[in-house]
Amino acid sequence: MNNFSYARAKSIQEAIQKVSADKDTKFVAGGTNLIDLWKYDLTTFNALIDINSIEECHAIEEKSDGGVRLGAFVKNAQTAYHPLIEARYPLLSKAILAGASGQIRNMATNGGNLLQRTRCYYFYDPAVPCNKREPGSGCSAIQGYNRIMAIFGTSENCIAVFPSDMCIALAALDAVVNVSGPGGERSLPFADFHRLPGDTPHLDNNLAFDEIITSIDLPQNGFAKNYSYLKLRDRNSYAFALVSVATGFELDGDIIKEARIALGGVAHKPWRVRQAEEFLRDNTASRENFETAAEIIIKDAVTYEFNSFKVELTKRAIIRNCIMALHPETQLPGAQPSA
Amino acid sequence: MRNKIIEREQVQETMPWMPGSTDVNLRINGNAHALKLQPWVSLLDALREYADLTGTKKGCDHGQCGACTVLCDGDRILSCLTLAVMKEGADITTIEGIAKEGELHPLQKAFIEHDAFQCGYCTPGQICSAIGMLNENKASSRAEVKELMSGNLCRCGANTNIIDAIMEVKEGGNYE
Repeated sequence: MNNFSYARAKSIQEAIQKVSADKDTKFVAGGTNLIDLWKYDLTTFNALIDINSIEECHAIEEKSDGGVRLGAFVKNAQTAYHPLIEARYPLLSKAILAGASGQIRNMATNGGNLLQRTRCYYFYDPAVPCNKREPGSGCSAIQGYNRIMAIFGTSENCIAVFPSDMCIALAALDAVVNVSGPGGERSLPFADFHRLPGDTPHLDNNLAFDEIITSIDLPQNGFAKNYSYLKLRDRNSYAFALVSVATGFELDGDIIKEARIALGGVAHKPWRVRQAEEFLRDNTASRENFETAAEIIIKDAVTYEFNSFKVELTKRAIIRNCIMALHPETQLPGAQPSA
Repeated sequence: MRNKIIEREQVQETMPWMPGSTDVNLRINGNAHALKLQPWVSLLDALREYADLTGTKKGCDHGQCGACTVLCDGDRILSCLTLAVMKEGADITTIEGIAKEGELHPLQKAFIEHDAFQCGYCTPGQICSAIGMLNENKASSRAEVKELMSGNLCRCGANTNIIDAIMEVKEGGNYE
């Protein structure tokens, strides 16, 4: 834990100026992950710029294109319980409420949720090599106890998973991330925000150090009629996912007009396989078709010594969640499997 | 309490390499506290070490156990993952502040009646979390109460009785 100085920014521009002038300065909003990483010496900084008093980015509002804009500094709990989100994007509500605890959801912000780091235990253990913590040092998980690690999109440098629940729903919904930096504003499709490990596992996402997330846009379609979020974990609540699935269907009778399936707990970023969604389009919403879609998704899985169970678990979770999405009213609190 | 603050100021004078402390004004359990804190002091340490309110407990200090739960402007938060300096001007309620005029808070009474603790270390956090959870008003069933209280761990295994105590107060409707 290093010492640091602290300042409050009054505007986005002021915050960006302060951070771009000193690479060892960081933004802080909710702080639930940053302060924890700082306590473990996994992150250090000379100064923290508190962005909570910036007046912008604290609202959830409807957009003229029919979508909804989530302010980056709105707390996770406020987002999950917001009437617009509960009514139009219940998949997002459900996913947020499956993550962390009541206390943490009251602190953590929407922007911060996207930036949380992996919970790989080798990343947290400074006594062992980790390419994410110390580039070039090696990956301890590949030959280690890799039960919680990724089965999709891994590289020889890193097999860590991204731990968010909220982001799995945002990926399924095709959200857009709006960011501001010294060079102005830009928008990233959700699929392009987080990165796969490749040769640069120390980079979790495509946000520059002096860029700030200002808002997240949700497209008009929230799949509010047929959706489900299923989270499977070692204890029923307040644990990270071994596998989670966000599913949204647009149905016409029993024909699927559009399908979204995003997975958490299995890759370095929210995982979507468009080929499976394409297969379901214009097909019947049947168990048999869900099984085929699940087979398409898991065919690219690569496993390690202790995590091969995740392939079957993922397959069954996808099938179960697709069935649950046909009957959202049967869902239990905390995104557990319904009977 | 006052002496402690002065001591800390003196320490700072003798160690000029330490970054300066900042004035942090908190309203804790209805009382104004003007603290001088370095930026990295957590709200938990500010309460325990600077305001001498040791009812709030340090369990894991990493946001995993809920023992440090307090109410900040009415919302339940983890004081261990909060920098005190970020809560300038906030209204903080700790376990010391919930009994009114010498009478225990309904949750305190219910915890005693239901034998909802053994060692008692998680209890301040459990009760502050339960107050916040009940005021959020999002739980309508026992299953939902359990789910929304999952951020507070009890290593003694009193969870069943904890939920019993909370359910009694919830059904009684008196938890302000």
